[in-house]
Amino acid sequence: MSALILIAATALFALFLGMRARRGHDMNLEQWSVGGRSFGTAFVFLLMAGEIYTTFTFLGGSGFAYGKGAPVYYILAYATLAYIISYWMLPPIWRYAKTHRLISQPHFFTRKYQSPALGVLVAIVGVMALVPYLVLQLKGLGIIVSTASYGMIPSTVAIWIGALVVTAYVIVSGVRGCAWNSVAKDLMILAVALFLGIYLPIHHYGSLGEMFRAIDAAKPGFLTFPGRGQSVTWFQSTVLLTALGFFMWPHTFGSVYTAKDERIFRRNAAILPLYQLILLFVFFCGFAAVLKVPGLKGGDIDLALFRLSLQTFDPWFVGVIGAAGVLTALVPGSMILTTASTLLANDIYRGALAKNADDARVARLARMLVPVVALVAVGFTLNGGNTIVALLLMGYNFVTQLFPALVCSLFAHNRATKQGAFCGIVAGVAVVVLTTLMHLSVEQLIPFAPDVLKDINIGFLALGVNVVVLAAVSLVTQPHTHADHEHAGAH
Amino acid sequence: MSLRLLAALPFIGILLGVPFVNRVEPLVLGMPLVLAWIVLWVVLTAAIMAVVYRLDPANRAHDDREPEVQS
Repeated sequence: MSALILIAATALFALFLGMRARRGHDMNLEQWSVGGRSFGTAFVFLLMAGEIYTTFTFLGGSGFAYGKGAPVYYILAYATLAYIISYWMLPPIWRYAKTHRLISQPHFFTRKYQSPALGVLVAIVGVMALVPYLVLQLKGLGIIVSTASYGMIPSTVAIWIGALVVTAYVIVSGVRGCAWNSVAKDLMILAVALFLGIYLPIHHYGSLGEMFRAIDAAKPGFLTFPGRGQSVTWFQSTVLLTALGFFMWPHTFGSVYTAKDERIFRRNAAILPLYQLILLFVFFCGFAAVLKVPGLKGGDIDLALFRLSLQTFDPWFVGVIGAAGVLTALVPGSMILTTASTLLANDIYRGALAKNADDARVARLARMLVPVVALVAVGFTLNGGNTIVALLLMGYNFVTQLFPALVCSLFAHNRATKQGAFCGIVAGVAVVVLTTLMHLSVEQLIPFAPDVLKDINIGFLALGVNVVVLAAVSLVTQPHTHADHEHAGAH
Repeated sequence: MSLRLLAALPFIGILLGVPFVNRVEPLVLGMPLVLAWIVLWVVLTAAIMAVVYRLDPANRAHDDREPEVQS
């Protein structure tokens, strides 16, 4: 019962905080989607960190450690490298967005390449990646609430309530609601993850070292990268690929615009790597469960953290963990919802259908689309078949396809043309879909490759095809020197 | 440019270093060696980026940003 009350209180608190975030701000389109470009270091920091602390990390991170062992280490590595890249990549993006008053990621591509069609394409890719991500958050929410309430709240009810709360505060406060709630979320997750990550190994094994020794003795090889499969080559290629895609998520890209000055990104590049070390403690929870709640298989590995907690703690504390888990679903969920609605209204509606729509109309439409997107996500969550699972696998690889065109656009003399960027992205996405649906790996494509190369993440193939197509098409469609100068002058 | 070279170190440490430390023993701070190696680089990255922030002329004064914005 106490768990139930705690979880309900958390949901209400999130709703209250999200609604209150609006106070003192006239919610026009720029305020709603990018907070009027007025956020300081702390808010921008938390919005960017929001990408790391989602239900995926809470349930998935511990579940991954529990089910697969060493390969989970890659999560810690890729974000670190992404933050290094961010030091140089984000300030020019922010500057350009501010000058041109951009409010979304596709907007950036539209302006840089002077091509509304490219903007629409980027928006479609973004929405295709975002909706499954939202579904993942809602699914996680359902699991957390039903487990932490000892089955008193069925996951279907939890999903509906969660979607309602998020929809309500996103309509009212937009990205400000997300920012305020991310403060509450990060404080809770910080406390809970640190406590669990330290307490569980000591309580069950005596110390961290003894825990790892016990696991190593029971399951030799579990704590290091295996020779084949998710091997060291897999680690290297996946870390690099994921680091490149990190800031290509439309909601992460959009959170860049909320900053009030560009030094915030440079400062955060030094702090965020340390901050994400919290993940380490989430891994410890998963490892602690390996010998204590053995036998979870398939999708159930995500329950590892909660199964161990149920066996270790009093119900009220399970409620606290559940409450933290609820926030890890709601906050990223609300970010995704804000972004997806903005993409649909600003970049697909205004970009393709009604080119002359003013900001007020786009803002109204974006808000009206919030419940629609939420409903679609709930529908997929409750009746999701294989489609959604496949889309999830593809999401990260989809957004990574935006990276080459983005990087080219940051150069003073961009040699990539809009046709090149467009074809590159289409080709890359097509390769992702094909390889995912056919379950292809490098090993199958090049059976004669040396063992070291066989485990390279197949995502590199898509990125490679993307770059080649981008270069080839850009070469063919290169404007004359005269036109080139005019284009440069237009900036 | 030397700042970027400094920032390249974590890429080398994490991506190229891991094959050489893919072992459990010796445990470092209770963690398997390969995990401890990655954690070490996360911490070093934070330190390196703090140094880069200090040395980068772009962060020195507020006025420095003006010409940059126009470029």
